[in-house]
Amino acid sequence: MPQANIIPLFIAISLGGAFLISIIGRRIKGFPDLMGNLTTFMLLCLSVSALKLSNSYGTIIYSVGSWKPPAGIAMVLDGFTSFMLVTINLVAFIVSIYAINYMEKYTSKWKFYTLFLLMLAGMNGVILTGDIFNLFVFLEIASVASYALVAFGTERHELEAAFKYAVMGTIGSLFILIGIVFLYSYTSTLNMADMAAILAHKGIGNVGLLVSVLFIMGFGLKAALVPFHAWLPDAHPSAPAPISAMLSGVLVKSLGVYTICRIFFNVIGFSLEISSLLMFLGAASMVIGVFLAIGQWDFKRLLAYHSISQIGYVILGIGLGTPLGILGGLFHLFNHSIFKSLLFLNSGAVEYSTGTRNLQKMGGLREKMPVTSATSLTASMAIAGIPPFNGFWSKLLIIIAAVEAGRFGYAFLAVLASIITLASFTKVLKYAFFGKLREKWNNIKEVPLFMALAMAALAFICIVGGVMLFPGIVTSFLKPAADVLSEGAKYSVTVLQGVANSPTGHSVE
Amino acid sequence: MIREQDKGMSVIVKTVTRFTMGLILLYGIYILSHGHLSPGGGFAGGVIVALSFVLLMLAYGKETALKKFPKGVVSFFENAGAIMFLSIALLGFTGGYFFLNFLDKGEPYKLFSAGIIPLCNIAISLKVGAGLFAIFVALVLVKLESEKKV
Amino acid sequence: MTIYFLCLVLFCVGLYCVLRKRNIIKIIVGIIICEYAVNLFFILAAYRVGGRAPIFSAQTDISNMVDPLPAALVLTAIVIGLATTALLVAIAMRIYEKYGTFDITKISELRG
Repeated sequence: MPQANIIPLFIAISLGGAFLISIIGRRIKGFPDLMGNLTTFMLLCLSVSALKLSNSYGTIIYSVGSWKPPAGIAMVLDGFTSFMLVTINLVAFIVSIYAINYMEKYTSKWKFYTLFLLMLAGMNGVILTGDIFNLFVFLEIASVASYALVAFGTERHELEAAFKYAVMGTIGSLFILIGIVFLYSYTSTLNMADMAAILAHKGIGNVGLLVSVLFIMGFGLKAALVPFHAWLPDAHPSAPAPISAMLSGVLVKSLGVYTICRIFFNVIGFSLEISSLLMFLGAASMVIGVFLAIGQWDFKRLLAYHSISQIGYVILGIGLGTPLGILGGLFHLFNHSIFKSLLFLNSGAVEYSTGTRNLQKMGGLREKMPVTSATSLTASMAIAGIPPFNGFWSKLLIIIAAVEAGRFGYAFLAVLASIITLASFTKVLKYAFFGKLREKWNNIKEVPLFMALAMAALAFICIVGGVMLFPGIVTSFLKPAADVLSEGAKYSVTVLQGVANSPTGHSVE
Repeated sequence: MIREQDKGMSVIVKTVTRFTMGLILLYGIYILSHGHLSPGGGFAGGVIVALSFVLLMLAYGKETALKKFPKGVVSFFENAGAIMFLSIALLGFTGGYFFLNFLDKGEPYKLFSAGIIPLCNIAISLKVGAGLFAIFVALVLVKLESEKKV
Repeated sequence: MTIYFLCLVLFCVGLYCVLRKRNIIKIIVGIIICEYAVNLFFILAAYRVGGRAPIFSAQTDISNMVDPLPAALVLTAIVIGLATTALLVAIAMRIYEKYGTFDITKISELRG
């Protein structure tokens, strides 16, 4: 069908934008801003239409170059994919609006936008592809761009964090590559749907077990699950604020959580062992992350530890394996990208105005920066799970699902982590925004227009986020995504059928 | 004049470089243009092309090589290669598919055959050659800055 | 079978180098060793007994070739490795510029 042609545009537009900025943007001032925002806006529009498309037609398979899968490269658009695309491109668009003003203090804006769009292309590619090696390539594009972005400021801490992140990220990628080698030599195919069919037919055996371990290590490192989390609290705060928002908001999820879900639910097959392993890792991340967070005095570092904790919630929800748990996990994934991006943008705004990230040096900023403090209050309430905000609903779903599945211990831990999160954000609000204004900050101003606009937009989504669970809306956004995972084995059947039904394209003999 | 002579390596190296650089460049172009017929292709050809310029830089010193290929030109070629590759892929939409091989496939085992594959190879080699040379130049220039500070 | 284990040994050598060494340059070398162990393993996974190189020409028949796909994939993996290595080296040079040392125990300012 002709509408399916929008699928490869996600990658083509973001790559094209990146290279055009790199070639033209260095000469013309203002071009990088315009082109960067235009690109992300187009991607947002495309992802909304992709959501509509997948709602009305179900799973769509696009064969690149009209080579038929499994020999050719396939791109798959299903409910889960379009859900992730909307999340990523929404956050990317808002972040790129914010970056117009924020990145003024760095010298070369065009480099920032080029790397930003390359990272976006990598993430969109990971989400869309149906070919496991292609997934690895896009994952590496996004990772290498993010290593460079962490080192963007080229100061002492940034370089050290970038080096640590790059070394650990590379080792993680190598584990993923070894896993792909084993899977390829066991199944003789790279297409994920075909691979799933062969694995279901042959049985996963010892190779499947080995590959599962390798993938948990590799993708778990990308998702910063607890034994593999050491790079995140260094890397995320060191990047410029818009990039911190992207890294914590969507990069960790598209490279880590999405890939774990896709591989374990749709390719290898979900089993009891993997379920309990994921739940254990999720609960450990949830609790340890939040306990490490509460002692931090660096605003962004505190947020980074909370990212680990919130990713734990997502993994716990998805690891439960029940439809409600998966729905809650994915909803929390969406919510976390919104409120954690907002919090990182807030921290960037505070740093922009006052020049410090240390909470002990702030105080009373509410009087001088009303927009920042109001949005920050919203986001803190959302992340702590206070009722009307979006974070409450997703946490509630995860806890209900855990109780329903009989996992009372995990449900208790989830409640506990939520309470400590609330305590930790009360601290942030008290020290940064409330209290008495210090003499030093008498002359600071509210942030420029675009930054305030971006933060207000995210805060608005935080407030109305609970709407997603209304019967009419849940079936068009969250439910199709959760269904792809809860009916994991259907993925290969649907894709292979879609390939067989597609009218055009030549097959490889 | 004497200064020009002092930059870079000895006369022997410079003379050998003068003879071999063209050959290496030609070999790189051969590899990339026969990418659809024999082992090699865009990446390997691009690397060989880049190595010939790296050799020039090693033998004659940074200034001579950078005078011939300033940083701006190198990164222009790099981006041009990427955009060329992307536009070949997008031109596939004229036939209805991304990356469709829309040109005439021609006769197998001939130099002018295989549709868009040779064009893709040229684009890749531009990107890889310029990119590798740019990496080399960037690393050399970073060193210069740190030496200046000390 | 032995040859696959040798790949594993090579990988472990690289991993040991990454984990144990204190010099940044040695860590980068360790990563490169790891990468090449994986690439070698991928190429070996494609081997068939008595197979010949998968080069397609007018004279030869296509039977009895080794699997050509991993060769293409490994080339991609090598390119990615090149990009990562270049970035790591660039970061290492900047670190040397700022800290004046390559020893990672002396440049660990980020804690907690």
